[in-house]
This record gives sequence, C-alpha cells and structure tokens, in this order.
Amino acid sequence: MDKYLSIEAVGMSFGASQILTGIDLTIRKGEFVTLIGHSGCGKSTLLNLVAGLLKPTAGTVLLAGKHVDGPGPDRGVVFQNHSLLPWLTCFGNVYLAVEKVFSDQRSERTHAALDLVGLSHAEHRYPHQISGGMKQRVGIARALAIEPKVLLLDEPFGALDALTRATLQDELMRIVGQTGATVLMVTHDVDEAVLLSDRVVMMTNGPAARIGEILEVLLARPRRRLALAHDPQFMDLRAEVLEFLYEKQAHKPALKVA
Amino acid sequence: MAALVLQRKKQFEPKPQPTSPPHPAARREIPVQPAFRRPPAPEWLVNLIAWVAGIALFIVAWAVIAKFGGRIPDPGAVGAAAAKIFADPFYSKGPNDQGIGWNVLSSLKRVGIGFGLAALVGIPLGFMIGRFRFLSGMAAPIIALLKPVSPLAWLPIGLLVFKAANPAAIYVIFICSLWPMIVNTAVGVRQIPQDYLNVARVLNLSEWKVFTKILFPAVLPYMITGVRLSIGVAWLVIVAAEMLTGGVGIGFWVWDEWNNLKVEHIMIAIFTIGVVGLLLEQALMLAARRFNYG
Repeated sequence: MDKYLSIEAVGMSFGASQILTGIDLTIRKGEFVTLIGHSGCGKSTLLNLVAGLLKPTAGTVLLAGKHVDGPGPDRGVVFQNHSLLPWLTCFGNVYLAVEKVFSDQRSERTHAALDLVGLSHAEHRYPHQISGGMKQRVGIARALAIEPKVLLLDEPFGALDALTRATLQDELMRIVGQTGATVLMVTHDVDEAVLLSDRVVMMTNGPAARIGEILEVLLARPRRRLALAHDPQFMDLRAEVLEFLYEKQAHKPALKVA
Repeated sequence: MAALVLQRKKQFEPKPQPTSPPHPAARREIPVQPAFRRPPAPEWLVNLIAWVAGIALFIVAWAVIAKFGGRIPDPGAVGAAAAKIFADPFYSKGPNDQGIGWNVLSSLKRVGIGFGLAALVGIPLGFMIGRFRFLSGMAAPIIALLKPVSPLAWLPIGLLVFKAANPAAIYVIFICSLWPMIVNTAVGVRQIPQDYLNVARVLNLSEWKVFTKILFPAVLPYMITGVRLSIGVAWLVIVAAEMLTGGVGIGFWVWDEWNNLKVEHIMIAIFTIGVVGLLLEQALMLAARRFNYG
C-alpha cells in the first residue's frame, strides 16, 4: 500500500482541551476515504489539519512525501457552506482558483471544471441566483479546477435536502470515477459514507477522539444507489457503521454544555 | 386590509351550507359575493394617497400656524417668493448677492471637497484599524472621545490654522465625515466571514488578490453606509458652518435673509436644504442597493 496522504501520530489540542489524539491514517492515491463520527468528535478538525488551516500540536501530515505546512493549492477544499464569493459569478469563483495555479488556458480550464459538474449553463449567474445544490457544485468545481493532489470535502452535502444530496452524491461518484481523484471527506451520514467510500474511518467521541474502527467497503464500482438499496453486503456494511455509532459510541447524555 | 377581507370571508363561508340540498342553479350563484371578493387596493396607490395626505396635512397645519402665529408667512406667500427665486437661480450680483442655485452649489462643493478628503483618509484608516487589533486598540479611545464632539467646535481651530473662512468650513466637513467613514469601514473589515478568508487561505491568494477580490468587495456595503452617514452629517453641518463663516452658500444665505428679515426666503431655504439632503441620501441608497449581494 503506497502512502499518498499520510497522517502520522497526529494530535490536536486547543489550549487545555484535547480534541484529537494519536491519529494514524494513510490514504492511497485514488482512494475515497470518509471520516464519520458524532458531531464534536473532531473529524472536521482532522480535515482542517490536512487542509493546513490548522497546525497539529503533535505528529505530522505528509502529502505525496511532502510535509504539510499551511494551506496550499495542492489540496482542493470544499466547505460545508459552499463559501462562494457572492460578488463573483460562478465562472469568476472558479476562475479565481484557476488563476492562482495555472498560467495558461485559464478560461478553458474554468469552463471544463464547470462542465464537469454540469453547470456550463449557469456560468454567468451569481451565487444568490442559483440553488444550494448548484452552489455546492460550483464549490466542487472550484476545488477540482486546480487539479489538487487530494480533494478535501467537509460535510459538503450536509446543508442540502435529501433529494439534492442523493443527486450530488451520484455526481460526485461520477466525477471521482472520471478524474481518479483522491478524496478525504467528512460526513455524518452513514449511507453516504458507505455508498461513496473505499474505506470508512469511524472516530470515537471526543474529547481526545481517536480512530475507532476502519471499515473496508469492497463494493464494486460503479455503484448504483437503487441496486445497493437491497444489496445484503451494503446492508451489512451499513449496519456495522450504525452499530459503531449508536452502540459502541452512543452519545451519553451531556453532563455539561460545552 | 387584506386581513380584514380574509376574516370576513371566514365568517361568511359557513353560511352557504343549507340543511336541505340546494338547487344546482342556486349553488352556482353562491360564490358570487362581490362585496367580499374585491381585491385590496394596490400598494403603490395606498402609498401615494398617504404621501399626498401627509403633505396636505402639513400645508394645512402650516397655514393655520401662519394665520394665528404672527410673523410666519403662509404657504401661498412662500410659494410666490419661491417662484420668483427659482425663475432665476443663477444670477450673480457680487459676492453677497447670488442666486439660490449658486448658493446650493457652493455648499455642495464644500461638502464634496471636505467629504472627499475624509474618504481619502478615513477609508484606508478604517481598513487598517479593522485589520490590526493593536491599531484598533490605539484608535478606539481617540475616536470615542472625538466622535461626540459637535463638528462646529472645530471651527475656531480651522479658522486659526487656515486663517480663512472657506478652508475652515471644508475642514469642519472633513472632521465630521471622518468618524463614520473610519468606524464603518473598520466594522466592515471585522465582519468579513471567516469562510471567505478560508477560501483565500486554501488557495494561497496573494495579498493584492485578497484585497481586490475579497476584502474590498466584502467591505464595500459597509463603506457605503459610512459614506451615507457622513454625507448626511456633512449636509447638516455645512449650513451651520456657513452661518458662522459667511461667503456664498445656502447656510450663509439663510443668515443673510434673516438679517434682511425675508422670512419667506428662509422657509424656501429650509425646503431646498431638505430636498438636496433627500436627493443625496437617495443616490447613496441606490448605490448601496447596487452593491448589496444577496
């Protein structure tokens, strides 16, 4: 197993409160890994460490053999709340990223990225003129347009309605299949995790969260939502994640409000 | 009014349910209740009527006060005087006798210069104060102390430094426009959502790109609010400043007409000042709407 992205003995604390401890995880090139856990377990913190938005207080993150030290365009980040700049069109938002990384064929690359997410027709619209699902597509286009080594998704579909979410999950599978992207994604949706991932990384509850179990999802690709709905293997995998979350890591009633 | 119609409808709806089955033809007639189906008057019409009624009430009140209140001229006299003044707004018979157009324009010019200088200083200062906590800490007590001071208190200092009335008036406008500009720009910089800055960080955008593509557009609506407040205050202050400094200008004109005891002209000046202030405000509201990204 080649280590493309490797997280080695990473720990993170904010002041006295320890969020993450002893996180070891390696991701192969082209692999799709999801992080799942109860809210507040620090899965987004882990993603931000890989993104370089936070610096680990222990351990290190390596991407393609290089030490991650701060954010950079070799990692494409899709934020939960799309984070499009409202004064730029869809094209402008993607172009801003492309411009930073490439010195040639900037418009072509921007068009191609928007085409990949099926938004060529909405290029010249502003974020407030398009739906939540479309905004998130633009976010994905912006992240992919810079041809990052790894795509980091922070609960990208969490704010969308169930139908839109399903559509975008299918789209994401298609895009990842087409581009062979390496993906690390944070989610709290069990079906989403099993449907999309090669491996599901289940995290224990915080404080001082660690990796509880890792589930290999060996379902053949391309995966079809409807076919998998009654697939016994899919059901078993899903049950395993649910068991982890709701039995082993069942949320004890909070003693104090953090 | 719409609520009233709905309520009525509710009250009357159960009625067309007779105990015996009605004749089919009779049932067809039931929905026709024109008195309760009339659509409410369009909003613009209601607004227009309210607008006209307000102004009419104002004029009536004014006429009544003029009739019993002694020296105040009635609306008719002021209207006639206004017709005469606005027939030739741009005459010029020496520095102390010019048309109302010239007076308004020279006031606007002072406001424009003072305000422009305040923007040149205040907006960059606001950016820096918003961006750097230490500078903000430094500026906070100074701004807190000087902001509540009436701009006119600065006039003697202006006269002392510039030794002339006109630059002193401009200087007063500068001072009073400065604070809203600094404060609003700084607030705007502090309000920039972390998400936007994270986008800049993950893309490693250059400082220049961060400024032109993120900071500036994000702060622009706040800056326009600052500009709007500044212009409003400046227009209030210029009248008072010109009363004190003299020269050409609408404030000076008010004082001059007071000395001539032409009360009609003072009334005209009041309305003119109001209309110009309103236009300034509306123009900036339009600009604000243009840059309000929803």
